[in-house]
Amino acid sequence: MTAASPPTVPRLHAKARLQHDGVRGRDVLLYPEGLIALNPTGAEILGLCDGVRTVTDIVAALERRYGATGESVERDVTAFLAGLAAKGLVTYGS
Amino acid sequence: MDPKPLWLLAELTYKCPLQCPYCSNPLDFAGPRFRRELSTEEWCRVFREAKALGVLQLGLSGGEPTLRTDLEDLIREAHGLGLYTSLITSAYRLTKERLAALKAAGLDHVQISIQGADADLSDAVAGTTSYRDKIAAYHYTRELGFPLTVNVVLHRRNLHQVEALIRLAESLGAERIELANTQFYGWALHNRDALMPTKAQLDDAWRVVQRERARLGTTLEIVWVLPDYHEQYPKPCMGGWARSYMTVTPAGEVWPCHAAGRITTLTFENVREHPLEWIWEHSDAFTRFRGDAWMPEPCRSCPRKTQDFGGCRCQAFLVAGDAALTDPVCTLSPHRHLIDAAVAEVEGAVGAVDWTYRAAPASRALAAKG
Repeated sequence: MTAASPPTVPRLHAKARLQHDGVRGRDVLLYPEGLIALNPTGAEILGLCDGVRTVTDIVAALERRYGATGESVERDVTAFLAGLAAKGLVTYGS
Repeated sequence: MDPKPLWLLAELTYKCPLQCPYCSNPLDFAGPRFRRELSTEEWCRVFREAKALGVLQLGLSGGEPTLRTDLEDLIREAHGLGLYTSLITSAYRLTKERLAALKAAGLDHVQISIQGADADLSDAVAGTTSYRDKIAAYHYTRELGFPLTVNVVLHRRNLHQVEALIRLAESLGAERIELANTQFYGWALHNRDALMPTKAQLDDAWRVVQRERARLGTTLEIVWVLPDYHEQYPKPCMGGWARSYMTVTPAGEVWPCHAAGRITTLTFENVREHPLEWIWEHSDAFTRFRGDAWMPEPCRSCPRKTQDFGGCRCQAFLVAGDAALTDPVCTLSPHRHLIDAAVAEVEGAVGAVDWTYRAAPASRALAAKG
């Protein structure tokens, strides 16, 4: 199911920081001159980007947590991370 | 839903070794209104109140914020609150040791201005020899692992260097370069005829920006702040009046933007007398133009009002004489001819116009004039 994913390790760029926004009851990603409000799933994905887990590991962890299977989790995680990578907020290593 | 602020610009001092003729500080920065600077404890209280109110991004600016010897303490407090901190500095005499101390205190991001792509022009615009310090400081920020923004205010005398400025930022490994066309407030309005670019200059620079963006992708983010006098419609200034942003001045006045203090028909409150939350929710300066009930025509019935919020209140006051009018930059404004005249004057001008450097003696003279 995730065999096609390359063994890449997504990492939050050093300029970006996850922060809880208590006033608005949500998590946000803060970076130079900007911020992105995260939904709970987005915050969870970024919380799993620990510099060790691969995309495959993150998908597997989410599937375990929610008992979900199939391609939708992988598609969501990949699309979410790709969006942040396009802004330079997530980088991939191995 | 009531808006809550996300951004706080803390103008820690109006003292500055540089003398840039487009400075956004008030013309009377050296006058009595701004004399008694907030203490360390007062600033820390402001940061705590700001965080409780919803602020997440803190800009530490000035003047030159590194002149505050308590900057490390202020950053430590802000960082402890979870605020994302950006230092906005000229880097004049900024050492690697000081930057390392600021990093240890929790500083997240450094933004260093430059006035031109080479020492001759940069120092001539700054009015102070500072180019070498800036280049050294750019390297220190990279060595210390800070994300770096190179910040340039663009105008008639440096727009031809846009490509060289982008290449400089690229060679330094910066994350962002902010190419900010001069917005005409404060000293920039005072020096408007000297700073206003020609249409041809802007078109050339914009072509370079588009080409370089395509070349660089996410390697270097190129921010282009629009030259609004040359636009058809006004900018959505501050994302709308008092919707997400506040400025605290060195002596504690709270403004909806860093230029608003010039609007003489508004009453500004001070953090020494009121909690920040009360100022945000109830003060005259913050409530007067919040939402759209204040709007006159042509804004009131205009579908663009939810995008541009009527433009800039300061520009309406400074150019059209009333902060409650449509931003005169808008081609639908009955005052647009005032903007067109300022642009036409420069297009037809021969030779360079002198500017007045931003400096304390000139400021005191302007303050005395009122």
